[in-house]
Order: sequence, then C-alpha cells, then structure tokens
Amino acid sequence: MFPAAASTAAPQVDALYIYLVVLSVVMTTLIFIAIGFFAYKYRRRSPEDPMPRAIHGSLPMEVTWSVIPFLFMLVMFAWGTKLYFENYTPPRNTLDIYVVGKQWMWKVQYPDGQREINELHVPTGRPVKLTLASEDVIHSFYIPAFRLKHDVVPGSYQTFWFQATEPGRYHLFCAEYCGTNHSRMIGWVDVMDPVSYQNWLAGGAAGVSMSQLGEKLFEKYGCITCHVTNRSGPPLDNVFGHPVQLADGRTVLADEPFLRESILNPNAKVVKGYKANVMPVYQGQIDEEGLLQLIVYIKSLSQTHPQARP
Amino acid sequence: MSTTLPRPETTERPNYLNVDYSWKSWLFTTDHKRIALLYLFSITAFFLVGAVFAGLMRLNLLFPDGLFEHDTYNKFFTMHGVIMVFFFLVPSIPATLGNFLLPIMIGARDLAFPRINLLSWYIYIAGGLFAVLAILKGGVDTGWTFYAPFSTTYSNTHVILAAIGVFVSGFSSILTGLNFIVTVHKMRAPGMTWSRLPLFVWAHYATSLIQVLGTPVVAITIVLLMLERILHAGIFDPNLGGDPVLFQHLFWFYSHPAVYIMILPGMGVVSEIIACYSRKGIFGYGFVAFSSVAIAVLGFMVWGHHLFVAGQSMYASMVFSFISFLVAVPSAIKVFNWTATMYKGSITFDTPMLYALGFIGLFTIGGLTGLFLATMAIDVHLTDTYFVIAHFHYVMVGGMVLAFLGGVHFWFPKMTGRLYPEMWARLAAAIIFVGFNLTFFPQFILGYLGMPRRYATYAQEFQVLHVLSTAGASILGVGYLLPLIYLSWAWRKGERSSQNPWQAKGLEWEQSPTPPPTFNFDVPPVVTERPYNYSEEVEVGGY
Amino acid sequence: MADTDLSVASHASTALKHHFDDSEQQLESSTLGMWVFLLTEIMFFGGMFGAYTVYRNLYPAAFASTSHYMNVTLGATNTAVLIFSSLTMALAVRSAQLGQKRALLSFLTFTLILGLVFLSIKYVEYHEKWVDHHIPGPGFHYAEPQYFHQAQILFFLYFAMTGLHALHMIVRAGLLITLIAMAARNRFSAGWYTPVEMIGLYWHFVDIVWIFLFPLLYLIGRTMR
Repeated sequence: MFPAAASTAAPQVDALYIYLVVLSVVMTTLIFIAIGFFAYKYRRRSPEDPMPRAIHGSLPMEVTWSVIPFLFMLVMFAWGTKLYFENYTPPRNTLDIYVVGKQWMWKVQYPDGQREINELHVPTGRPVKLTLASEDVIHSFYIPAFRLKHDVVPGSYQTFWFQATEPGRYHLFCAEYCGTNHSRMIGWVDVMDPVSYQNWLAGGAAGVSMSQLGEKLFEKYGCITCHVTNRSGPPLDNVFGHPVQLADGRTVLADEPFLRESILNPNAKVVKGYKANVMPVYQGQIDEEGLLQLIVYIKSLSQTHPQARP
Repeated sequence: MSTTLPRPETTERPNYLNVDYSWKSWLFTTDHKRIALLYLFSITAFFLVGAVFAGLMRLNLLFPDGLFEHDTYNKFFTMHGVIMVFFFLVPSIPATLGNFLLPIMIGARDLAFPRINLLSWYIYIAGGLFAVLAILKGGVDTGWTFYAPFSTTYSNTHVILAAIGVFVSGFSSILTGLNFIVTVHKMRAPGMTWSRLPLFVWAHYATSLIQVLGTPVVAITIVLLMLERILHAGIFDPNLGGDPVLFQHLFWFYSHPAVYIMILPGMGVVSEIIACYSRKGIFGYGFVAFSSVAIAVLGFMVWGHHLFVAGQSMYASMVFSFISFLVAVPSAIKVFNWTATMYKGSITFDTPMLYALGFIGLFTIGGLTGLFLATMAIDVHLTDTYFVIAHFHYVMVGGMVLAFLGGVHFWFPKMTGRLYPEMWARLAAAIIFVGFNLTFFPQFILGYLGMPRRYATYAQEFQVLHVLSTAGASILGVGYLLPLIYLSWAWRKGERSSQNPWQAKGLEWEQSPTPPPTFNFDVPPVVTERPYNYSEEVEVGGY
Repeated sequence: MADTDLSVASHASTALKHHFDDSEQQLESSTLGMWVFLLTEIMFFGGMFGAYTVYRNLYPAAFASTSHYMNVTLGATNTAVLIFSSLTMALAVRSAQLGQKRALLSFLTFTLILGLVFLSIKYVEYHEKWVDHHIPGPGFHYAEPQYFHQAQILFFLYFAMTGLHALHMIVRAGLLITLIAMAARNRFSAGWYTPVEMIGLYWHFVDIVWIFLFPLLYLIGRTMR
C-alpha cells in the first residue's frame, strides 16, 4: 500500500494521506451503511404499501452536512498547503545538483563535474536542491519514495528539493507524458550515507568541474570581452544571490532564473546604467547543459554566496 | 446509426417513431426525440470505439514490458481519451436523454430551435468523422490533453485532424447548451415555475451554462494550437519566446468545467430515479437544484489545480486548492440529500435504482479521492499517476456511465414503448458494478505506489495490480455488451409498456403518451403541483 | 452558426412555428438565443484576449516595438467605418420597425458596403504585412532582431485576433446579403422583423470587438519608447 519512504517529506505526506484515507473510509462507510440500512428498512414489502409521507427537507440538516465536512476539508487544505510550501521551498545551504531532461533521458551534472544519465546519487541527512531544465518538451521529475515531483518545463528553471533519509535505490520516473519512450525515461536514485557519498564523489574521477566548464564557455561565447575585459557590460563578480537594480527602477534578485533570462534574452531585464540591445540574444545558441555550466560559473564568482564553490 | 428501427404493429397509435419510416424522415427530422435517438446511436458507436482502445490498453498492461510498440500504446490511450471525452462523455446524457426529455419535462412541444438541434448533430458527426479519419490515418499520440510543445512541435502524428475533430464537435455542444438554456427560460408550460422544474432540468441547465461559456475557450485554444503547429510562430514554444504553461491554463479553463459537463447531467438522472423508486420527493429539492448551479459556477474557478506541479505560483495554487474544496461542498450536499431521500421511503430495486445506488457509492469514492488531489502536498505525489486515472474514472464511468445506463433503462419504455427484461438488466448492472471496481480500485493503490500514467511499460512490482485491473476490465466489457444486446432485442420484441410503467411522477410520464407523439402531448400540459409529489396527501404549490 | 439562427427565424416569418405558443414567445426565444450566442462569442474572443494579456505583460518592450509597424491610419479609418456602419445598421432596424421597406433596403445595403470597405482596407493592411514579411512562420522577418521571437508571437496574435474578427465580418456580410434578399421579397413587416433585429445585435457585437482590438493592437504601445 505504501511505497518506500526515504525522504523527510515522505512520512509527512503519508501522515496527511492517512488522515484523508481514514476520513474517506469513514464517510464512505457512513453513506454505504445509511443507504444499505434505508434500502433494507424501507423496502417496499408489497405493491399495496401506502405511499410514504413527503419529507421536504430540513435546513438544520443541510447546514450540518455542509459545514461539518467543510471543517474537515479546511484541515486538509491547511495541512496540505503548509506541507506543500515546505516541500517546495528549498532551505539555505543546499547541495546543488543540476538535471536536464530530454527525450528520453535524465542528464545529471554535479558541481564537481561528475555527470550521469538516469542515475542520481545523493547523500542522506543533507538538503539537496535540484535545478531542473528541459531541452525539449515538458517532463516531470518524480521520485515516489520521496513523495515529490515537479514538472520540468522547457524555457524555465524549476527547483526541487528534498532531504533523503534512508540509503537505498529508488525509482526515478518521468511523470509527464513526453512521447514515444516516456515509460523508458526512468532511472534510479541512489541514496547513500554521507561517507559512501564522499567516496563515490572521489571515485568519480570528475576532472573538470562545472564552473570550469562554464568558464570555458564564458570565453567561447565572448562573454568575457564585455563583462570582464572592456567592462561595457555589467561586471559579474558578487552578482549571484544579490539584489540587482534594473534600468526601469525595479530591483530583482540575481538567482538562476534571472541569470538564465539575462543570457538568453538580455533585453528583458536591463541592469541600471546599461543599455538594451547591446548584448546579443543567446536564445537557441546554448544548450541547457552549457547554460547551467555558465550559471554555475557565474555563481562561483560570487564569493559571499555560501553555495559558491571553486 | 445505421440500425433500422423496428416497425411496430399498425394498430399502434401514432407516435414519433411510427409517423414516418423513411430515412429522410430521420436525417432531416427536427423532432428533438428523433435527434436524441440519432445521438444515442452515434455516441454508442463512439463508445464502442473508445472501449476497444481501452481493451487494447489493458491488454498491453498485462505485461511489464508491454505487448505493443510504445508508439502504438501511446496512440491507444490518446484515442481512448479523445473519443471518450469529446465524443462520448460530453454529449452522452445531455444530447440523448436531455434532448429527448428536457422539452417534455417542462411541457414544451420541442426545443426552442429545432433546426439548430439537428444542426448540432450534423456538426457532431462532422467532428466525429475528423476523429475517425485521424484514427484511420494512423492515430494521434499526444494524450487527450494535447500539451504543448509536444503536440505543436514534437509529435509526428495526426494532431491537426484530431484537433479539428475536437474543435468542430465543440460547436455541437455549444448549440445544445444554447438550445437548452433558451428552452428552459422561454418554453415552460403554464404552471411550470422554476421551483417546480425537475432536478434533471436543473442539472441540464447548469450543464448548458458550462457548455456555452467554456467550450468556446477550448475551441480558440485548439485553433491557436493548430496555427502554432502549422506556422511554428512560437506562441507555446519556449525556444521561440512562448509559454507552454499558458496552453495548460487555457486548456483547463474549459476542460475542468467540462468534467462537470460530464457529471452534472448524471446527477440529474439519479435525482429522478431515486425519487421514483423511493416514492418520495427529493429531500432538500432547493439545495440539490442550487448545488448544480453552484458546481457550474465554482467549476470555472478551479482549473489551476491541474498545475500544482507545473511551476504555477504557489499562492495561486493555494487559491485554486481552496476553491477546489469549496466545489466539494455542493457535491457532498447532493449525496447526502439523495441518501436522505430514501429515509422512510417505499423502496424498490428495479434496474434503474440499482444503477442510481451504484452511482451514489462510486461517485462518493470518486468525489472523496478528488479531495486527495485538491490537497496540494498529496497532489504533488499523486498527480500524473494511476491515482488520478482511478479518480476520474470513478467519477466519469462510475458516475456518468452508470447514470447514463440507469437513465437509458428508466426511460427506455418512454423512448421505445417497450419494457426491457428486468432479470437480464439486473444481472448486467451487477456485473458492471463488480467489473468496474475490480478494474479501477487497484489503480488507486498503483497510484500511491508511484506508477505514473501513460506508461507503455512499467516496473515489475506493479504487475499484480495491473493484472487485477485487466481482469476487471474484461468483466466490465461483458457488462457493457449485455445491455447492448438485450436492449436491442427489447426494442423489437420487448413487452409493450403502459404509459407510466413505473408509476413515476413528472410530465413525461403523467401527461405525455408512451411513446410520445411528435409534439409530445395530446393535450397541452398544465402543471398544478410540485415535482415528485408521490405522497398521497394533496399538496399544491412549489417548494 | 449565426446563419442558422437566421434560417430558423426566416422560415418562421410568415407563420408562427409549431412549437411556440405565440409570436411573443417566439421573439423572446430568438432574442435570448442571440444573447446567449453572443456570450459564447465573448468567451471565444476572451481566450485570445487572455493570451494577449499574458504576452503583453511578458514582453511590453516588444509590444511597443510592434505597434510602430501597425498602420494606424488604416486602422483608424476602419474604426470609423465600423462605427458608422453600426449607425446605419441601427437605422436599418429602425426602418424595419417602422415598416419602411425602401429605407430598410438602402440602410442594409449601405451597411453591407461599409462592411466590405472594412474588409478591403483589412486586405490592404494584410498585404502590407505580407510585403514586409510580418506574417508569422518560416518567412517572418523583423527589423529589430532583438525582438524577433517576441514580435513574431505578437504578430501571430495580431493575425489570429484580427483574422477571427475578419472571419466574423465575412459571416455577417453573408447574413446581411440574406437579409437584403429577404427584405427585397417583402418578408419583413412592422409586425415581424426578428432577423433584422438579431443580425443587428450580431453586427454591433462584431463592431464592439473591433473597438477593443484597435487600441490594443495599434495604439497602446506607441506612446512607449
């Protein structure tokens, strides 16, 4: 009846689920008993039975059976909403991993440079934040053992966080229909204790880290010319994680979606003191994995950000 | 559609069936009753097509590695969804029982716009032909939801044909709704006040509101989808600056209310049946009537609960979740009132009543499991799994199809002048009930275990439950075939029915001959009492 | 769809349809039916306006840019033409009410001509877009490359919205021709002119849609930049 529970969210979701199941069973039983009882007690015994007296209804009863179930539903709503906000709001100090979905595989990149396909290794006891991107259609990243999923929508970053609790190997599914091999867009989540995880990382022979790869792209696409050499574009040191003043007076937080948009479609949000239509539009020029590498590189330029890694 | 209708003995009094036997008199009829039968045969044909696809799906799912190619399976579930939703469920009760009964129930000689009524059938058939063409040319594999950018850019199947089919058939739904609204407002017989309307009519009125207000939005959404597929201008393509989630918003703006199109008429049917076989007026008539309208109105404000995991703002999700719980209240009110109607009744268990009781039970389960999906944290785990499949089949099949079958049995004498064989009918009802639960209950468990929907192949551990489900589906299939056979038989050979075989209340039974003449009544009907006035005490007035 | 409303009503012209009790009920039904139909039409255009709103909020700068490529002179002329046609349509309904056949015929014809003028001007506009490669799709070209994609979406919406509107213009022109033919054959009287009134309602509705389209597509972005 219950799949393996391997995240901090899982027992909480299960608890709420049990509340709902119990309530539903009680409700269904009450209605079934009422129907069965009335059906038996008030069955017509002979065709000559007199017509029953009319009962038009009762306002107190209508109010009762509207309000009482609604109160139980309010509990569902409040409980479910609270849990949803918790499960969808990543805490600080997460371990960041980057996932790109494409027809029909999951490509996983670790900041240290390990890459895997259809496998995700995570340690227990530490919040992990996934940044999800899609190369093509909408996918959905689903780990039943964590009781969590999130759609992976092309053209945007979605975030997904969890804290694994039980070491083991768990299913990873694509839950949003994405074409021919949708049911083969599956994989495994390997939850490891922190020591094994460190060993796994070390044994991965990663070589080049994501930010180093990003740095290469930074040179390849000529970003370096304007953002570093001649300073005609805004400097990128200590940008990530900090508020940015825009030309139109707004202030936005420089997070992953902002960096993504600023690379692909630089005129959408122009930084104060700079002009629109100077930087080329990179939409369609960089693939999702490269984009993530660039962003990780820009993140690494932000020393004060706790997640920054060399 | 091609069924030739039985030729009753010539001694029979003139009715809508025996006035003319030519094929022209059917294809060019403006009689709402004949149009209802045209619809009945058409939707039955589409139901059979949809059911064959369902059977093939269940066959594939017997084995973890599947039986068919992935693409083939993907087409099966898409065509099953498209056919069942747009060509069976949406027109099922409104266009058949609604068309037949709504004018008679309010004492009208026909719908307000008889030609538009006929036109709506032709439009439906035209849409259906496009869908059939899409199937014959190789099918569609997008899922019935047509999500972009898969449907606009990546699928290489006949999306446009299927989309045209859905687009065109939408207008038949709009025209039916328009006709019903005007008819209920303007064509009621003397004495038929709003508070004396049968609950069947109230339910159809609420359904019509959704048809008229919701369907155009999905129509335009599908136009945008087709244009995008042809031009690739990027309106739903993120690589070209578009927003794929916008499609989902537009699509569900119609398609969530549309699930109420697929259940409200069933609720109307059940209200009639419960009252008749309990020999009592519906408990809380006003609440049941008003709850239909409340469901229709609130139903337009909950579409976002399909997007809890799609990156929609969490605060928007919260509002949608809350309104989704609100919608549950009028649904619950109906269930409680039906149950209370049986209290101190004089109950018999003819086939329609069995279906109605089955409806209440299965709709209760379907409705309660809807609460799971409205609860956001649970929905995150359950959405796009078999739990969702089970949930909406409990509502659509356990609800609407059972109500449809119950209604067809209940009004079968009215439509044909003959009685159906009671024992066969009860047997079929029992088989359908058992088969249905065996098919879909395991899917709730599959869903919580994490089995995603639309999977051609699956992990080994899910096989037991899938086999159970397929076994149930084969029982359900037998259950569906039985009524098809004995009702066809009864139409020709069944025992002749009196005008009011169930001693039911309502203009259609009490004041209109069985089968009705072309203009429904021999004497213009006048209403002098409240609806469902089964008790022998003489009471005048509405509620 | 609207032409069916007409066909039902038109055949009812001489006699009351069998299923109505009296002509008052018949007229009320037609009127309510037309209003419900217009409600449907509002939702139909509403989906497009919804998409428009979303993209306008996403890409205000690109919107400002595209509105400079709209021909405001032609758009404004067309707005004037439609407003004027609403007047002549209203006068036609009034003539029908008063049973003035000649006036009715001339107002209807005049309205039809105005409708055709609108469509002709629209054709000129579309042709301009064609010449400028502003038709979304493979041949799309835009002078400001940084807005290429956004502008294409906005032109897509422009063509979808004005195209749907133009389709309605064509349908109602067809309806008007039917009305003129019926009026010429003395089908209407001061006692029965339901089709004129219904199609009049429809005519005004299509005009009102344009009254929204014109500022949204042509004017709203021009003041920016």
